[in-house]
Amino acid sequence: MAHSYTPGLKVLKKTIFKKERILPLKGDVLVKKGDILNPETIVASTNLPGNVQMLKVSNILNIDPKDVIEALKVEEGQAIKKGDIIAETAGIFGMFKSSVESPVDGTIESVSQSTGRVVLREAPIPVEVDAYVSGIVDEVVENEGIILSSNAAFIQGIFGIAGEKRGDLVLVSSSPFEELTAEQITADMKGKILIGGSFLSLEAYKKALSVNVAGIVVGGFNYFDLKAVLGYDLGVAITGTEKLNTALIVTEGYGSIPMSEATYSLLKENVGKAASINGATQIRAGVIRPEIVIPIDSANTDSDSESKMPQGIQEGSTVRVIRSPNFGKIGTVISLPSELNKMESETMVRVAEIKIDEQNYLIPRANLEMVETDE
Amino acid sequence: MSKKIKSILATDCGSTTTKAILIEWKEDRYKLTFRGEAPTTVEAPFEDVTKGVLNAVMEVEELSGRTILNGDKIITPDNGSSGVDIYVSTSSAGGGLQMMVAGVVKSMSGESAERAALGAGSIVMDVLASNDGRLPHEKITRIRQLRPDMILLSGGTDGGTTTHVMELAEILAAANPRPRLGQNYKLPVIYAGNNKAQESIRKTLGEISDLDIVDNIRPVLEQENLEPSRDKIHDLFMEHVMAQAPGYKKLMSWTDAPIMPTPGAVGSLIEMIAKKENISVVGVDIGGATTDIFSVFEGKFNRTVSANLGMSYSICNVLAESGLDNVLRWVPFDIDRSELTNRIGNKMIRPTTVPQSLEELVIEQAIAREALRLSFIQHKEFATSLKGVQSERTISDAFEQSSSGQSLVNMMELDLLVGSGGVLSHAPRRQQSARMLIDSFMPEGITQLAVDSIFMMPQLGVLANIDKDELKDDASQAALEVFDNDCLIRLGTCITPVGSAKPNSKMADVTLTFNDGTVKDFEINEGTLEMMEYPYEEVKVSIKPARGIDVGAGKGEALESVIYGGVVGLIFDGRNRPITLSKESSQRIDSLLSWSKAVDEYPKGEMF
Repeated sequence: MAHSYTPGLKVLKKTIFKKERILPLKGDVLVKKGDILNPETIVASTNLPGNVQMLKVSNILNIDPKDVIEALKVEEGQAIKKGDIIAETAGIFGMFKSSVESPVDGTIESVSQSTGRVVLREAPIPVEVDAYVSGIVDEVVENEGIILSSNAAFIQGIFGIAGEKRGDLVLVSSSPFEELTAEQITADMKGKILIGGSFLSLEAYKKALSVNVAGIVVGGFNYFDLKAVLGYDLGVAITGTEKLNTALIVTEGYGSIPMSEATYSLLKENVGKAASINGATQIRAGVIRPEIVIPIDSANTDSDSESKMPQGIQEGSTVRVIRSPNFGKIGTVISLPSELNKMESETMVRVAEIKIDEQNYLIPRANLEMVETDE
Repeated sequence: MSKKIKSILATDCGSTTTKAILIEWKEDRYKLTFRGEAPTTVEAPFEDVTKGVLNAVMEVEELSGRTILNGDKIITPDNGSSGVDIYVSTSSAGGGLQMMVAGVVKSMSGESAERAALGAGSIVMDVLASNDGRLPHEKITRIRQLRPDMILLSGGTDGGTTTHVMELAEILAAANPRPRLGQNYKLPVIYAGNNKAQESIRKTLGEISDLDIVDNIRPVLEQENLEPSRDKIHDLFMEHVMAQAPGYKKLMSWTDAPIMPTPGAVGSLIEMIAKKENISVVGVDIGGATTDIFSVFEGKFNRTVSANLGMSYSICNVLAESGLDNVLRWVPFDIDRSELTNRIGNKMIRPTTVPQSLEELVIEQAIAREALRLSFIQHKEFATSLKGVQSERTISDAFEQSSSGQSLVNMMELDLLVGSGGVLSHAPRRQQSARMLIDSFMPEGITQLAVDSIFMMPQLGVLANIDKDELKDDASQAALEVFDNDCLIRLGTCITPVGSAKPNSKMADVTLTFNDGTVKDFEINEGTLEMMEYPYEEVKVSIKPARGIDVGAGKGEALESVIYGGVVGLIFDGRNRPITLSKESSQRIDSLLSWSKAVDEYPKGEMF
């Protein structure tokens, strides 16, 4: 039952990519099953309830909360404009009246005689959901949105920042071992998605931001540089809402780590094509990894590619070490001893015997990762 | 002795693993006999918690040879070779219970509401209060964003002014919050405030929420009445939250007592132990994302959850909150700072990895010390006497600076410190667990240390809470006996004299009298840490502290007591409090190495 391995990140040449595009609240779905979608197509829209303003009418008019009803010039549910009088005292012989004006356009939601407050609701906030990736409507979820389906190449990163972006893929680093430097980023890369190798420095990321690059996919980035980008220490890996023009997708981890060969060559194969990327990451229950989706010609798509993925670490599997020592190195599984082994730390663990650069190592299975590919 | 309960099956459905234990009446006491575990099956593709439960129980069946299941039914009662007499369970699957609480004054009814929610086993997502500095629309936006499982609203003393608590109710109504799980039911709201406002609360919240009204949490300022709110939270947890999670309706129909939230069960066990033994207890459970601390001092129970202090998912937050220097002070070698932060970052994004090298283990345990230290600071700040209470002072109090809202946590009073969670329970050497507990909690005087090796406290907690008349005596006896004999691994006892002392000066003379009559004299000197191996057996101890030094009887006052050894033994800690490390790197490293060596903490080699 229990999986003795960390399932690796997906690197799929051809797959049927499905994505839910759902509204935050119920609303209208604007497309129907089978419709062809561009990334920009609006698939659903709704109105979020407007912001609420609370007016302490009894205090402003200096009357008892229970007397607010008498002073009201409007009714619950009534639409009002900014500056309209909401309540007014009778004054003395019609003189010296005090009144309360509405600070916003909206409707009167409720009036409380307990606290003397009037609740105003501002105009609804329209929300639209686009398709994000080109494809077709696979399923309509009534009043909520759709499930999109697209024939695509699909790659997951380990960690990312910033939300959904789109752009054409541009190869910048000439090998997975090469750093993507600031000098390589030029003004004509505006709106593009750059493919790097082993590392991206803070300086290079800042340059990308300055020329409005849409996104960067790279092997490694320094953890402590994140603070300079985000403005705070990233305590838990939950991202995606950062307001940054350039999404960053790290495929291997923190530090300088060559991008895996499979990821790099798949990205390279698709240079010039339009891709949709999302840096949103959530490493908790219900894990979300950042993704790169490259829609491809449907005629070439093999619908079963995902089911061919390896089911776990076996002898002969290619694996990557995901913790020091040997972090980031790729090796081949020689054997999977069943007994527990004592590590240098004296931790008793299940291990795999791995060959890395013609040398054999015993490494905890928990510290290995498959690179799942559809080859 | 004939027992109504001869066998008990108990499970805990955690977010990743479901653990089952079998307790049987054997040789005149209840014993933990077998345990099994299986992955929890709340999420896709299974989406039925009972599958994981059945898998874990099947493992117990295989190991014990006892038939417990008939298909997917638990056989009751025990008929010798098959079946069990009762089945109970706890659950923290699906993120546990997530609540929002509201009170009029943040440090008064707000804090009482928070205490009730935490004590019931919930995570408190936010505390709303009239005086929290946020404008109404900011509060409304926050409520909408958070989508809690449940809201506890309190405020005002009985018969007092209702305006402020009604304002909070109106904010809730305007936000019209939706529950986290399930679209088709109303959000449960518990009102535990001023009884005079109950009718108005019904009018305001009755329609839009599933409203329950219980007795006021602060009927008068001087009194906190948490029980009705805590009980109601447990009921609603079962009826609403758990009923939405896949498979729970079926699981609920199997159990002989209501399913409790895991931390609620642990808390209630710790509360019971403290009461029965008349001792002060601190318990800690350090997980991947959060650290829970439970304490009982002066008979008062408190629980806190440090939501983002953990060893994997939130390991970088430990680094952010404590600062890199505070982590590095526990590491007895030099390491490149950017290399270290990248390593810690990589543990966050690949949370299931384990330390292979000794260097990695030492770094991980350094981070654990800081996570525990910070969590305990938060706990001490929360576990206080009631705030806002005016106490009458007599002439004898005139010279004391005490006021309301002081921390109840008094380390000199602490009798038992229990650790659990991967980094403490599965440390390769028990000495490492003892050191982590001592360095981060900094006990004073005489303190017994233990770890819960397989985190059995949740199951024992729910067992201790069975309230069926015919079963409750046996069930609580079983919980206590298994806790005493099988659940805890006794590490030993730590003796720490505290007070102003010159470096390397003598802090106390200790005389130990062992069971066989042998006597050993010992000195505790400032700045030192010593250990004596001794099993979990009684030792008479007589301690004479130096002038100005306290070991529990007052400054300079001698103390006689009975202490116990354990798998680590007796630890004599002369490092005073708080433990301070030299700012000078080589001196700091020398101290760390000598302390590690004294307790045989790490394997000898190049590093140690």
